[in-house]
Amino acid sequence: MRLISLLHLFSIVLFSITGAPLIAATYQVSKLSPASSIQQAINISANGDTIIVASGVYYEKNLIINKSVTLIGVGYPIVDGEGKYEVVSIKSNFVKLDGFKVQHSGYATLQDPAGIKIYDAHNVTICNNVLDDTFFGIYAQYAKNCVIKNNRLTSYGKEEQQIGNGIHCWKSDSMQIIGNTVSGHRDGIYFEFVTNSIIWRNISTKNIRYGLHFMFSHNDSYITNIFSKNGAGVAVMFTHGVRMFNNTFEENWGDAAYGLLLKEISDSYIDGNHFKKNTSGIFMEGASRITVKRNTFENNGWAIKIQASCMDVTVTQNNFFGNTFDVATNGSLVLNTFNGNYWDKYDGYDLNRDKIGDIPYHPISMYAMIIEKNPPAMILYRSIMVALLDKTEKILPTLTPENLKDEKPLMKPLRL
Amino acid sequence: MNKVIKYVFIDIVRNRIVLAYTILLSIISFSVFSLEDTSAKGLLSLLNLILFIVPLVSIIFSTIYIYNSSEFIELLVSQPLMRKNIWLSLFSGLSISLTLAFLIGAGVPIMIYQPNATGCIMVVMGCLLSLIFVAIAMMSAVSTRDKAKGIGAAIFLWLYFAVIFDGLVLFLLFQFEDYPLEKPMMVISALNPIDLSRIIVLLRLDVSALMGYTGAVFKGFFGTQSGFVVSLLVLILWVAAPLAWSVYKFDKKDL
Repeated sequence: MRLISLLHLFSIVLFSITGAPLIAATYQVSKLSPASSIQQAINISANGDTIIVASGVYYEKNLIINKSVTLIGVGYPIVDGEGKYEVVSIKSNFVKLDGFKVQHSGYATLQDPAGIKIYDAHNVTICNNVLDDTFFGIYAQYAKNCVIKNNRLTSYGKEEQQIGNGIHCWKSDSMQIIGNTVSGHRDGIYFEFVTNSIIWRNISTKNIRYGLHFMFSHNDSYITNIFSKNGAGVAVMFTHGVRMFNNTFEENWGDAAYGLLLKEISDSYIDGNHFKKNTSGIFMEGASRITVKRNTFENNGWAIKIQASCMDVTVTQNNFFGNTFDVATNGSLVLNTFNGNYWDKYDGYDLNRDKIGDIPYHPISMYAMIIEKNPPAMILYRSIMVALLDKTEKILPTLTPENLKDEKPLMKPLRL
Repeated sequence: MNKVIKYVFIDIVRNRIVLAYTILLSIISFSVFSLEDTSAKGLLSLLNLILFIVPLVSIIFSTIYIYNSSEFIELLVSQPLMRKNIWLSLFSGLSISLTLAFLIGAGVPIMIYQPNATGCIMVVMGCLLSLIFVAIAMMSAVSTRDKAKGIGAAIFLWLYFAVIFDGLVLFLLFQFEDYPLEKPMMVISALNPIDLSRIIVLLRLDVSALMGYTGAVFKGFFGTQSGFVVSLLVLILWVAAPLAWSVYKFDKKDL
């Protein structure tokens, strides 16, 4: 211990001379070593030091990391918040937290205690941790350039009001959320006022509200994530410049569930995603200048619900299979295009063999229009009356918007 | 009474039409289940067909059968038998044979592909629909002597329950769209056995999520044990009421 302190002193001296720690000290924390709590080790450490924590259970009350240190857990040491405290608070830049098991955070709706919270810091890395039974999981506020990678977050929320979000970022910039697994929280991943960030290869399942909740967060991308079995799917709202590539939205099935809910979104791309077995694949309201391309819509209740408040939405080169309704809208105004998709319900022909159907496809059925106007009419679903109405409408369109059609429907599904 | 039931039953079974009906049902059921990629989806498509075919065949076949056996009925009436018993044994014979045809034709494939509660409920609904439309047929047959008129009435009644009623419902929904119609709709759906059985089966399938708020209200009632019992009772009432009325009419009828 003495030697360590000396070394420590030495590094501080060096640090003060050169402005950078030349020799970063390494501290061991375990139940047997002199520094038996992580907080002690942090208190005696200096910026740039490394603290290695052996396995065991640590009751740190609220562990505050206020120096630029690297904490490495060996064999998943458990940091327990005893159901009362915020478990780990990071209040310094250049902190790395690697390989811990963080559990039993406090529960309070006013302070929002989290498993791991970043306060006003940049270049923080949180990786390979396991969080269990936390109110909020990983919470970042005013954070910048942080990496949240390969963490596993589990919670056991029953009601929306009684649980926080898995990965919660607020007023942050340049965040990287990569390879995390989140379940049982309110929102799996929550972004508000977060810009220039990436959400990549995460799995967000069985959360009570949204798998991903996104508000006022411009110029972000989310790529190759899986969102399944969440209470209401994924919501992206009041944002411009979002790129949504190669994600899977599946089994968001329920009375008020969406695969993807878009509200007041502009200049965004939805490309190469898979929408499977959602009540509504995509629900768009007030969306403009959006490209929906190369997606697969499979076995959804409604593949796309597009309100008349949307404009310049381009839906092209998508595959539609086995959806109860392909497209639904609530008005006759159509400012969007639907050309060049494959629709499994298309029954036209292709005389010149250019693989494009010769007659346009109208993806809106009359019954879909009726339901949009009068939702209780859904009780007539699958009755003979409805089948008759749809057939007559197909022959002589009256109620469905004339302009909503695919001029170049594909004869064969695209390979996606 | 049992003797009359036996005679009617054997007479109907010997009739090729019921045999053809059984075969038709089984061909449709098996092909629907093998065409759809999941058997739950098959059940949904089959629901449509059953709601269309079972009432139609039951009502038309029964009406024609009663008119064709008018001489036999007259013969029976001349015997020391109660008129009520004669009419009830006719009903029993018809409903046993048509229910049996449904059970063999559609019940067996459903039980093979969907041996669960939903499948069972669908089979029960099919049987009840057979009974209901036999009863309605007897009502239309007793009301007039004229065969053409009686069959016409039967066809019209089928058309009413299968199509026109839903059209009226749709009309009502649009006329009163400013009002909350979920609860009245529950009562209205009880006025049509075809609608009622369709809704009961639909609510048990995945697609019920599409039904939104209305579906939730319906599920809140029909999804519960007591709601299910009530709806079964309503369907049984749909058998009993037309039957009782036709028995009353037949009792007083001047043959």
